[in-house]
Amino acid sequence: MNIIVCIKRVPDSESRVGVGSDGVSVDTDGVKFVVNPYDEYAVEEALRLKEAAGEGTVTVMTLGGEESKETLRTALAMGADQAVLLKGRPSSDGLGTAERLAEAIKACECDLVLFGKQAIDDDNLQVPAMVAELLGLPCANVVIDLKIEGNKATAEREVEAGHEVLEFNLPAVVAAQKGLNEPRYASLKGIMAAKKKPLEEVDVGDAESRVEVMQVVSPPERSAGEIVGEGPDAVPELVRKLREQAKVL
Amino acid sequence: MSVLAIAEQRGGAVRQASLETLAAGRVLADSLGGELVAVLLGPPGIAGEAGKLATYGADRVIVGSSELFDEYVPEGFTHVLARAVQEQAPKAVVLAASAQSKDLAPRLAARLGVGMAGDVTEVGIEDGRVVAVRPAYAGKVFVKLGFKTEPALLSVRSRAYTAVENARDGTVEDLTVELDPSQLPMTVRSAATEQKGRPDVTEAEVIVAGGRGMQGPENWSLLEDLADALGDATALGASRAVVDAGWRPHDEQVGQTGKVVAPPLYIAVGISGAIQHLAGMQTAKCIVALNKDAEAPIFKVADYGIVGDLFEVVPRLTEEIRRLRSEE
Ligand SMILES: Cc1cc2nc3c(=O)[nH]c(=O)nc-3n(C[C@H](O)[C@H](O)[C@H](O)COP(=O)(O)OP(=O)(O)OC[C@H]3O[C@@H](n4cnc5c(N)ncnc54)[C@H](O)[C@@H]3O)c2cc1C
Ligand SMILES: Nc1ncnc2c1ncn2[C@@H]1O[C@H](COP(=O)(O)O)[C@@H](O)[C@H]1O
Repeated sequence: MNIIVCIKRVPDSESRVGVGSDGVSVDTDGVKFVVNPYDEYAVEEALRLKEAAGEGTVTVMTLGGEESKETLRTALAMGADQAVLLKGRPSSDGLGTAERLAEAIKACECDLVLFGKQAIDDDNLQVPAMVAELLGLPCANVVIDLKIEGNKATAEREVEAGHEVLEFNLPAVVAAQKGLNEPRYASLKGIMAAKKKPLEEVDVGDAESRVEVMQVVSPPERSAGEIVGEGPDAVPELVRKLREQAKVL
Repeated sequence: MSVLAIAEQRGGAVRQASLETLAAGRVLADSLGGELVAVLLGPPGIAGEAGKLATYGADRVIVGSSELFDEYVPEGFTHVLARAVQEQAPKAVVLAASAQSKDLAPRLAARLGVGMAGDVTEVGIEDGRVVAVRPAYAGKVFVKLGFKTEPALLSVRSRAYTAVENARDGTVEDLTVELDPSQLPMTVRSAATEQKGRPDVTEAEVIVAGGRGMQGPENWSLLEDLADALGDATALGASRAVVDAGWRPHDEQVGQTGKVVAPPLYIAVGISGAIQHLAGMQTAKCIVALNKDAEAPIFKVADYGIVGDLFEVVPRLTEEIRRLRSEE
């Protein structure tokens, strides 16, 4: 079973990002970067599928700069076999990035391409379905359960107020949602081993952006409101304010 | 220049979110001085819903029905809709940011080779170009984008626009759907199986969200009672701590790795207000926090707060709201 997992380097969810001084970028100075959390579920799923099959290769791939090597090494430390760095800048919308990834994936023999459902920096939710479309593959998005038998796959995905079960054949694209599994931590042994695993670099150039960032702004500051009171006796006053001031009841 | 709105159906009825999409589409069509054309795909008989789209602002409605279209069919929808877009050659295509469009919109963008923006909160035309505002970094920043390709493809965030009646002629046209089922590699075995009787958090008017302060899943009846008192449009939400603990299902999680919501009223019960939680709900119109710790960060974003034990405050709140409702 040969699996490719596309992963992205993103600011830690804990971090406070702000508006860059040029007004059209995001200021990530001093911010800690991590593997996109949804991509960790994808890496974990790939490792489990390979372990269950008893054979195969897990390749992690990213489009990004030199600094993304660290992200790839983290996934190698979790247990992935090899890594590919497509050197270039991702696009502002998903399509340019998807084109670069699809091109690289097409050149490999693989049964399954795994993604996170969403990168928590741009929050685009675009790349997996675009790669599927570009490669003519079925795509299961926002997946919380995946079963594979032979070349048949069954995936459960979240929809509004419920779940849907999808059936399709491999090769396919699957994008992971939280709940799919519990990602493992890299062991010390894994971290040491990762240093020796193959990491291929390919210069692919910057991806084409089909949207232009015109402005980045902070959300309107929410100022602290009022503490209406303490304990249950404050409830009638709260209800009155919700009704008369906020007009939400 | 026209604008195309892709409407979504469930169970043979147009979804409320699609009426909001029409409102956003109308804004674009009016600034362009063009038509708003709605496209609706669904099972045979779905044409009966066309009138509703006209009532909410569609100048024309194109209906494509097929036995295959009870549910969303990725390749089928992409094929039929890409052709409709090419025929109509609109300046923009709008659809609701929904579970369906998470798959459909990027597929369409890739098929048409155009840029897209998802989950937009504002749309407009500037210097003849389509622009949109959308949250990124889970709402820590908002990004204004201009499209370099046409049509601009936009999914509109739930509740960003209000559905308004704006009746038009709404002439109905048929779209021929020619599909070979063997060309459709994905089958949907069962759809939306869970019937909870409550709206999804992204679609609710009011969200009652519980955190670790609830102490255990057995105490959720307190929040259910409050939600029932508040009415049908109330959803239950949860912090990640309680989802991770297995107290509540993941689809209720609000925050950076859950759902991003912006309801008129958000009531946070026993939630501390971690940055990842705030990212998912800080654009709610009115936030109420109930927490025993006066220093909890949730109070920094709340419009109204009560410091106290939730096991005393929540039942009282339920009682007061019931009283209010019975007086109405
Ligand atoms: C990568 C990543 C992603 C994350 N994504 C999310 C996300 O999407 N959503 C999310 O919510 N979190 C997310 N988190 C977790 C987040 O950091 C917090 O851990 C979590 O939100 C805390 O949940 P809580 O407020 O329920 O629990 P706590 O922080 O434990 O707060 C419980 C609160 O209940 C109050 N309380 C206790 N007893 C009572 C009582 N009897 N009456 C009244 N009040 C009481 C306490 O004062 C306290 O403020 C994420 C974390 C990481 C690292
Ligand atoms: N630059 C990138 N390199 C590799 N994978 C990516 C990149 N950007 C996005 N992805 C993948 O696509 C998923 C969805 O990203 P997005 O569409 O940007 O929200 C992510 O979870 C990753 O799996």
